[in-house]
Amino acid sequence: MHRIFTVFCVMALIGSVAAWAVTRPGVITDADLDGLSGDPIAGAAVFWAAGCASCHAATGATGDARLTLSGGQRFVSDYGVFVAPNISMHPQHGIGGWSVAQFVSALQMGTSPAGHHYYPAFPYTAYRLAERQDLVDLWAYWQGLPASDMPSQPHELGFPYSIRRAVGVWNLRYLRDDFTITADLSAEATRGRYLVEALAHCAECHTPRDALGGLDRAAWMAGAPNPSGSGTIPPLTPDKLTWSQAEIAAYLNDGFTPDFDSAGGSMVSVIANMAMLSDADRLAIAAYLKALPAP
Amino acid sequence: MAMGGVVRMETDQLTQAPCGLPFLRSDRPFVTLWEPIFMSYRTTLIALSALGALCIGPSPALAQDTPAAVQARKGQFQIMALNIGVLGNMARGTTDYDAAQASTAAANLVAISMLDQSFHWPEGTDNMTIDGTRAEPAIWENLPDVITKWQAFGAAATGLSAEAGNGLDAMRAALGPVGGTCSACHDVYRAPQ
Repeated sequence: MHRIFTVFCVMALIGSVAAWAVTRPGVITDADLDGLSGDPIAGAAVFWAAGCASCHAATGATGDARLTLSGGQRFVSDYGVFVAPNISMHPQHGIGGWSVAQFVSALQMGTSPAGHHYYPAFPYTAYRLAERQDLVDLWAYWQGLPASDMPSQPHELGFPYSIRRAVGVWNLRYLRDDFTITADLSAEATRGRYLVEALAHCAECHTPRDALGGLDRAAWMAGAPNPSGSGTIPPLTPDKLTWSQAEIAAYLNDGFTPDFDSAGGSMVSVIANMAMLSDADRLAIAAYLKALPAP
Repeated sequence: MAMGGVVRMETDQLTQAPCGLPFLRSDRPFVTLWEPIFMSYRTTLIALSALGALCIGPSPALAQDTPAAVQARKGQFQIMALNIGVLGNMARGTTDYDAAQASTAAANLVAISMLDQSFHWPEGTDNMTIDGTRAEPAIWENLPDVITKWQAFGAAATGLSAEAGNGLDAMRAALGPVGGTCSACHDVYRAPQ
């Protein structure tokens, strides 16, 4: 009996150490970014494609105010309320004091400079697929963005979701290094896949989630309940979104459907981002959507 | 800017987890374990519903249940969309610019902006109360703001009307603000689909 107890204790210890090890937040170091230098002009395009302002600008901000990433928007979910933090260039209240490696660690590992997990309301799961050169360019662009001294507000999450370490377990399952769509794509649709899956994170709203809040890759872009209000987020698969490639690209630029209805809800902010991209990139996104498999 | 590929992490504690936890790396979602039960339950439910529908007979068409005020306001937005479409297609280059047609479409938008909205939005016609509308209850909680946004549409339409006949570039520049006023209201007060 004594021996069984000892074995149990040893197993429990090994299990705990292993659990601690595999849920440890990952980091990207300066060495990982060796040889990369940032171009702020290229970074501007990444900024708009990645949609940073849609969540991190102040509530209701429009125009140039969307460049002030003071945070404060509230995202109500089944797990509690996530409050977007200040990620402006302010050295204390924002992220102005970060190194580029800390910035890329946040975007690709979901890890804060203090070594804690971010919650996946922040789409590091998408940005993980981004080219590091693009993220270094983005950081170069960030240096020219305004600072805000608005203090970040804490998330309002109940137990057990308040345990950040648990995100490490979630990451084991959902933090992946591969694109969802792996079929042969044209060069244009491949570019679109990069924009959609790695930067614009369209799937965060347009793809349903499973019981643990991870995206259901089997129903990629098949539409989902609206995470921030009533109604549903429409499907983007070509059996449902029957607009032509040119019509999709035009919608992403001027916000009008082929019937000249106007975009509403969160898409207003998304289109403000997409309108800053090149025509070629909007067409690439549309080409990718037209190449999606119907569920 | 070089985009187009993927960065693959060189080292990854997920796939090199020393102690396994293989179930966490399964491609099968946890929910599939009980999904068959759920599916058969749902299938039964659908079958029963279909049977019930057969017994009761066809339900009246939704449009007949939609209040006249809701139909009227939807109609006014359809007229707006039709006229914005005339201008939007010119702006996109899918149709040729025509100064007379552009001016007519812009004048129609101004005319709609001058319709008094008092009778189009009775209490109890929000999307939480009735089917057939995407109008959020927030409209009735923020009426002064809604009215301000409607007036902004009128101002932008008037500006467009002044420029619509002055060439494609002038029309296009004045159309953008009109679209902005559509979005400003839909952003807050209209539910997705």
